[in-house]
Amino acid sequence: MEWVNAIVQGILTGGFYALFACGLSLMFGVMGIINLAHGDLAIIAAYVAIALIPTTHLPMVWAFVVIVPIFAVGGYVIQRTLLQASLDRSPFTTLLVTFGLSVIIENVLLEVFTANGQSITIGTLITKSFAVNSTITISYFSLTVLGVAIVVLGGIQLFLSRTSTGRLIRAVADDREAAQLVGANYRHVFGIAAAIAFATVALAGLSYGTLTEFVPTSGVTTLLFAFESVVIGGIGNVWGTLVGGVVLGVSQQIGAQINPAYQILAGNLVFLAVLAIRPRGLFGMRTA
Amino acid sequence: MTTLARAPTATATVSGPWRVRRAGGSGPVMGAAALVAVVLLAMMPVLVSEADTTLLVNFFVLLTMAVMWNLLAGYAGMVSIGQQAFVGLGGYGVLVLALNGFNPVAAIPVAAVICAVIALPVSVLLFRLGGGYFAIATWVVADTAQLVISSITSLGGGTGHPVPGLSSMSPHTFAETTYWAALAVVVISLGLAYGLLRSPLGLLMAAVRDDEVSARSAGARVKATRRIVYVVAALGCGAAGAILAVSQLQVQPSSIFGIQWAAEMIFVSMIGGMGTLEGPILGTIIFFVLQQNLAQQGAWYLIIFGGVAVVVAIWTPRGLWGAVRQRTGIELFPVGYRLQGGAPRSEPGAQLLEGEPPPPNGPATGLGMLWHRLRS
Repeated sequence: MEWVNAIVQGILTGGFYALFACGLSLMFGVMGIINLAHGDLAIIAAYVAIALIPTTHLPMVWAFVVIVPIFAVGGYVIQRTLLQASLDRSPFTTLLVTFGLSVIIENVLLEVFTANGQSITIGTLITKSFAVNSTITISYFSLTVLGVAIVVLGGIQLFLSRTSTGRLIRAVADDREAAQLVGANYRHVFGIAAAIAFATVALAGLSYGTLTEFVPTSGVTTLLFAFESVVIGGIGNVWGTLVGGVVLGVSQQIGAQINPAYQILAGNLVFLAVLAIRPRGLFGMRTA
Repeated sequence: MTTLARAPTATATVSGPWRVRRAGGSGPVMGAAALVAVVLLAMMPVLVSEADTTLLVNFFVLLTMAVMWNLLAGYAGMVSIGQQAFVGLGGYGVLVLALNGFNPVAAIPVAAVICAVIALPVSVLLFRLGGGYFAIATWVVADTAQLVISSITSLGGGTGHPVPGLSSMSPHTFAETTYWAALAVVVISLGLAYGLLRSPLGLLMAAVRDDEVSARSAGARVKATRRIVYVVAALGCGAAGAILAVSQLQVQPSSIFGIQWAAEMIFVSMIGGMGTLEGPILGTIIFFVLQQNLAQQGAWYLIIFGGVAVVVAIWTPRGLWGAVRQRTGIELFPVGYRLQGGAPRSEPGAQLLEGEPPPPNGPATGLGMLWHRLRS
């Protein structure tokens, strides 16, 4: 029964990994940018909540409502300035620049908030759970995060396929020059895509900070989880990423069941195995 | 085609065929200067204090890593943020060999070769991903290596293990030996990189970096070329890690597999100038000056250095050395080629070179040179 519990908990974390991963996929799919500071941005969101809640006495839900739009605006601004400037050089430059950002963010957070672990407290909601049977208990918050992940992934899918802005994003992702010829301002479209990606990353960071304790260097770990979910599921497949996240979450929980020290290692090994056996991922549509 | 039509008039004043020259042209002078520099550096333990040689050991270690990362990214176009995997494995290679009775100093080259051997199958997995995903995958490999090593209790687990077999040396001999070993590693790394870049393989690397698709269509074996570079970089980073294990007398997973190695080697190469051999040297010097002056302010030296690296990457991607070379034309390690003179000949090979006309007497592009080689 402990194993079944491991699988159930793994599925719950999997949704959360997919939430992390969708911003990464979106920025790569639309702009060809791999944002190496992706995980660190999420950790910034968590620290902003830590700094904001005690000073303003905002309830947690309102912190979400405030921080997520701020990140969306920040995403648009950063894309139009720093990221666009490096993209104008080459995709290679965007890697170097976002890596530089990642190191800068981590070390600034270390200087400001120290290396002590912290977590966002949301009162009694986090501890509430329901028991399926004697060994399996499901926390309401984990379930909420999984629900949010599914809603966000579905929402992005619908947005891209049904709305005119979504069509514009897909057009620019397909062929930037052609989209420009018919009047699309691709820089603005890139900004919108980055805004969505940053909003999801803030959401993911706030969930992460509530679920577990975090330190300034947690960004790296979360980036790796997001990336592994994308590759396991298959690059360029939204629902594949959700399955990838679940596969990663379940393998980590099973690894932890064998030995708590093997949690992350098990996930990495499953990722490497997928890369060796099915390099296009479980549901890959095109090569990386 | 407009370039082809314009070219003859532009070069009509000069007669004769294109000549391809090795850039620099001062080989013997520079060779002698390099020899003098190495001899001077080798005498350092006699000339300066032990604290200074310890600092120089760290300098050589970082320089070795930067040279290797520059080969990967600056010449072969692969952004790896996981080279600390091989730094750590090199360090632990020395530990394992020393635990089995090897002399730790003699174990340095063996550990480096072990890293190169490990890099070969790792490259098979990593090369399935392109560009940015390759970069994160190298990070996963480094993370995995650290987690595996940390779970081996006989190697000290997460707390690390002292390297045995070094206590028999007197502190003075130990300092000297470590220094010379580190100097040997950095000189060999620079020599290896220089030799590699001057070989036909270096030409292939530059062609792959400049335009992968065209290089492939010209018959370049892109993957094989990149694999060789990846293995060489693992060898160099492994040697650097092995030196660290000896000089620090112990290895500890979170320190020797630390992401700060990747950050430092990347920033140093970016600021100094990627795609030049001089760049990492200049970058490492700047890094050490900054670190020495800001060491009391915690991590701020890394924040400032990272900020400068970001600015350099966007506005002067050839780095500081690139700017110096553009102004003065100085090259300490001439690895490029220059095209000199020449009215165009009517054969197709010459036209292909004109298709992408290099600046007059400037370094030719890797791809242009590859075409030239293939035709001659």
